[in-house]
Amino acid sequence: MTVLIVGAGPAGIAAAGVLAQHGVRPVLLDENATPGGQVWRRLRDEAALDTLLGGEAAHYRRIHAQFAALRPDIEYRPGTLAWAIDGGTLHIAGDGRAEALRFTRLILATGATDRTLPLPGWTLPGVFTLGGAQALLKGQGCAIGRRVVFCGASPLLYIAALQYVRMGVTVAAVLDTTPLHRKLMAAPRLLADARTLWRGVQAMAALRRRGVPIRSGVRLRQFVGEQRVQGVAFDTGGQTVTIGCDAVATGFGLKPETQLAELAGATLRFDPASRQFLPAADADGRCADALYVAGDGGAIGGADAAEASGALAAYAALADTGVAVDARARAALRREVQRRRRFQRGLADAFAWPAHWIAALPDATLLCRCEAITAGELREAVRRDLGVREVNRGKALTRCGMGRCQGRFCGLAAAELIAAEASIPLAGVGHLRAQAPVKPIARGMVGAA
Amino acid sequence: MAGTTVRVGPPVPQDIRCTIDGRAVTAASGDTVLTAALLHGHVLRHLEFGGAPRAGFCLMGACQDCWMWTESGARLRACTTPVAEGMRLLTAAPSGWPA
Repeated sequence: MTVLIVGAGPAGIAAAGVLAQHGVRPVLLDENATPGGQVWRRLRDEAALDTLLGGEAAHYRRIHAQFAALRPDIEYRPGTLAWAIDGGTLHIAGDGRAEALRFTRLILATGATDRTLPLPGWTLPGVFTLGGAQALLKGQGCAIGRRVVFCGASPLLYIAALQYVRMGVTVAAVLDTTPLHRKLMAAPRLLADARTLWRGVQAMAALRRRGVPIRSGVRLRQFVGEQRVQGVAFDTGGQTVTIGCDAVATGFGLKPETQLAELAGATLRFDPASRQFLPAADADGRCADALYVAGDGGAIGGADAAEASGALAAYAALADTGVAVDARARAALRREVQRRRRFQRGLADAFAWPAHWIAALPDATLLCRCEAITAGELREAVRRDLGVREVNRGKALTRCGMGRCQGRFCGLAAAELIAAEASIPLAGVGHLRAQAPVKPIARGMVGAA
Repeated sequence: MAGTTVRVGPPVPQDIRCTIDGRAVTAASGDTVLTAALLHGHVLRHLEFGGAPRAGFCLMGACQDCWMWTESGARLRACTTPVAEGMRLLTAAPSGWPA
C-alpha cells in the first residue's frame, strides 16, 4: 500500500504518525523546507520560542519532537510541490525536477491561506497577510515593519499582534472589523473550546496592558500610500481617520487550499457559515475513493482539530484497506474534531467576513492582484446583456482570477461581487475551478514528467 | 538603506553577498530572497500591467506576488527561495526580454 500525504503541518504529521504505528511507511510531501506547517513553522531563532509563542511553546516542542521521532519511519520530502493529480498519480516537482508518484491512498493536508478582502491600496508594498506576518516572524526572524497595524476579522489579529509586541515591534493599532456584540452572541459556541477562547482573551488583555490601541467594529476604508503603505484609513464616530504605519498585516479568517482535493475528485460544497466552498467529506475526512482531506485544507478547525483530523484520515485509510484499527481511538478523535470545529463555527460568527464591503467597493479598486482587474470591470461584465452570473464565466470574460495565484486571493471577493451586483445567492455563483498546475512550475518540468 | 522589514532576533552574520538591481547588498545564510531584498528596500517586482510596485503579500508561497528576476533571465519566487552567494536579482525583467 502506498500512502501519500501532502502537507507536513499538524494534520500531515499526525496522519504520518498513525500510519507508521501500523507498519505503513507513508511518503510525506511538503512544499515548505521544514515541517510544522504554518502554525508550527520552525523558528529561525529557537531561543525566542518561549517569548514568541508563550503558552503554545510546549505544543511546538511536542510537534517537532514527534516529527523527529517519526522521521526514520516515513519518507519525508520537503521542498516538494504537488501540482496535479491524474487518476491514481500525483505529480510533484522539487529540486528542479518533476516526478509522477502512484498511490493507493492519498491524504491531503494542504492547510489554508488567509482570506483577504480587497480594499483600495491593498496591493501597496508593505501590506501583507496576517499569516504572512507570522510566517516572516517565525521562519525568518523578521518583522514586516517597524510600526505595524493589524486589521481585519480574526482572533489571530490579537495573537499575531502580541507576538510582534513580545519581539519588540511597535504595534500602531489592532483594528478589529467585527463589533463586540457579535462576539458576545457567539460566546456560547466559543465555550466549546474554553482553552482557546481564554488564550484569545488573554492576548487581548496583554495588548491592552502594553498600551496597544484596540478598536472594535471598525469600518476599514483604505490602505494609504503612493509607492508604499503609510497608513490605514478607517471610519470611527462618523468620521474617517488615518493611523500612520509602515506595514500592515490583514486577514479575515482562513481559506482552505482545496485545489488538489478538487483535482483528485472531491466535490466542493457551499458552506453558508464561512461563505465558501469546502470539500464534501464524511466525519473521517473521506472525500472520494482512496481520497481523504485533513486539517484546515478540508474545513477550518485550527491546529488542534488538524491534528485530530489527520489521525482520523489515517485511521480511515488503514481501515479502508482492511487493517484493523482501534475503534475507541477513532470515536474519541471524531468527538474532538467535532468539538473544535463547532468552536471554529462560533469564531466564524464572532469574526464575521464583511461581505457587504465588497459590494460597496469603489469601481477603481483592484480585485484581482495578479491581472490588475478592478471591481468596476467585473461589475461591468455582470451588467451587460447575458451578463455574468457565475464566477468562472466572470474569469473567462474579465481575466479576474486567471493570474498566477489562480484566484486564491480574489476568488471569494469576485464571487461576492457578482452575487451582490446580480442580486443572486452566493452559492449559485460557484467557485473558481482548480486547474493544474495548482501553482506555477517551469514548463520544461511538465515535459519531463 | 533601511528596508520594509527588520530583523528582530540577535544579530546574524552577514555571510552572503548579492546584488539587487545592480546594488550590492549583504544577507545571512537562512535568509530567503524576499528577506534579503526587503531588509534593504521596498520593492520586489513591478506589475506586468502598468508597472506598479509589489513587495509580496502572503509570504507563504500562495499569492505569487513576489516573483523576481535574475540578470540571466531566470525567475524565482522570493519568499520560498533561499538567498545564495552571488545572486544578481532584478525587480524588473532584464533588458532585451520580450515584454
